[in-house]
Amino acid sequence: MAVTLEDVKRVANLARIEISNDEANTTLDQITGIFSLIEQMELVDTSKIAPMSHAQGVEQRLRKDEVTEIDQHKLFQLQAPKTEAKLYLVPKVIE
Amino acid sequence: MQWEVVVGLEIHTQLLTQSKLFSGASTTFGGAPNSQACAVDIALPGVLPVLNRGVVELAVKFGLSIDARINSPSIFARKNYFYPDLPKGYQISQFELPIVEGGQINIQTGKNNEEDERIINITRAHLEEDAGKSLHEDFHGMTGIDLNRAGTPLLEIVSEPDMRSSAEAVAFAKKIHTLVRWLGISDGNMEEGSFRCDANVSVRRLGDDTLGTRREIKNLNSFRYLQQAIEYEAEFQKYILETGGKIKQATVLFDSEKRETHVMRTKEDSHDYRYFPDPDLLPLIISSDWIEEIRASMVEPPDLCFSRFIDSEIGSNGKETYALSKYDATMLTVDIDIATYFEKVVRIIGRKEAKLCANWVIGEVATRLNQDNKNITASPISPQQLAELILRICDGTVSGKTAKDIFNTMWDGESHTSADEIIKIKGLRQISNSDEITKLVDMVLIENPQQVADFCRGKERAFNSLVGQVMKKTKGKANPAQVNDILKERLKKKN
Repeated sequence: MAVTLEDVKRVANLARIEISNDEANTTLDQITGIFSLIEQMELVDTSKIAPMSHAQGVEQRLRKDEVTEIDQHKLFQLQAPKTEAKLYLVPKVIE
Repeated sequence: MQWEVVVGLEIHTQLLTQSKLFSGASTTFGGAPNSQACAVDIALPGVLPVLNRGVVELAVKFGLSIDARINSPSIFARKNYFYPDLPKGYQISQFELPIVEGGQINIQTGKNNEEDERIINITRAHLEEDAGKSLHEDFHGMTGIDLNRAGTPLLEIVSEPDMRSSAEAVAFAKKIHTLVRWLGISDGNMEEGSFRCDANVSVRRLGDDTLGTRREIKNLNSFRYLQQAIEYEAEFQKYILETGGKIKQATVLFDSEKRETHVMRTKEDSHDYRYFPDPDLLPLIISSDWIEEIRASMVEPPDLCFSRFIDSEIGSNGKETYALSKYDATMLTVDIDIATYFEKVVRIIGRKEAKLCANWVIGEVATRLNQDNKNITASPISPQQLAELILRICDGTVSGKTAKDIFNTMWDGESHTSADEIIKIKGLRQISNSDEITKLVDMVLIENPQQVADFCRGKERAFNSLVGQVMKKTKGKANPAQVNDILKERLKKKN
């Protein structure tokens, strides 16, 4: 699968990352390198091997449904640039 | 030209847990802003999500109730988009291997008509976290963010495009609404946003196999809006196609005041969410032992309860049946609390009088609950009290009409009084002594020669008037059936 410069710019835009043309070209080279590695790996026949998600076969740990957190908004909001009426304030967003 | 409307629904229902999907913060509605948003919910660096066991159990209950497959492993994915009420920059959702896959729901669009019964297939139901809330009121030109809702567990139920009208879509949404409340997995509170629908709508020529291009109506939080929005949208699409236009895939919003939909975004600028498995979360394994444990803890699903209420033979499981009409059974199973109340009453009185019990619960009780805007669990008259009252009708102590008066007396504050006490204090015991009634009937016949003559000339209505006269003399305490019989007999003699 060939990745184009357009793909790189589009993904960067979706991820809200500002990149220059030079950076985009460098990234394109790097991603193309990764893809060729993946292509090489795809040559291995894995049709008889069950997919696994973790080398040690561990599974998701669960917690009991109970409230364990206390109200710490004052502490958290010390780091916020702007707050009012216990709300975090951000630049106006309208779709 | 004949058009067919095609609708598929996505329903977001908030799961009824104490704590959030991935954190130990409270999910209680209406707290002070950001008082229930912990480090995980506001996405401080270095935090890790830990899955809530209770959420998994509620989702599995839903899956089992619709005969769906429970996926194990089931995996969580990141859905990436930027919005200030989504602090992580992604929502933890499910893409591949959702917890629930497949299953179906039966809906009825008409009353008592089996031909109107349709099966709606469920594609999937997956777990995801809710976002926070943006407040666009004026904060000096800025937006206020409350993250209390961020991380609240949602089950998104996705249907196949199996519905063919707005009425079917509403019937489906209502069925799911009843089901999630019945199972106790969601409070279904639509005002608080615990139950919201998105509708995918397209139209095609009747008989076409392929689906038309769809537009998705977002965030419908009432059944009425759901109906209106689909109707408007379908008409709009028909108009565009009939005038030679083409439908462009888009996401639209419904304006409930203007009753029309308008475009929020088109496909060209639609989000590319770049889903990928969340590396913070391992695959969720749900063992068959655990599934069986959950199954054993479930209440009887509403459809089975409904069938049991209309069946006349006692089923193989030995559970009680009541041979009620479909209408009665529908009314009694709109809510698990109503069904439970009814069964408590009928268990005291006996299944022979199931119809009478149903009439009281659907009639008097429901009417008063409606008037007082109360849930049946808050009824001032307990099932035991109602049963005692109905028993007095069955044994002829009071007439149905008097019983209604007693019911209202009990409802209006004289609580903890039994029907028997009220009958005794107010002297409401029905006159069932036939000699006494015969005496009164004769008196009425003498006093009303005109009506007697009318009746003899074939005027049926005169008979009712005579019954009324007798009832009046007894202040409504005579047994009406007995009055009827005696009066008929005396009139026959006159004829």
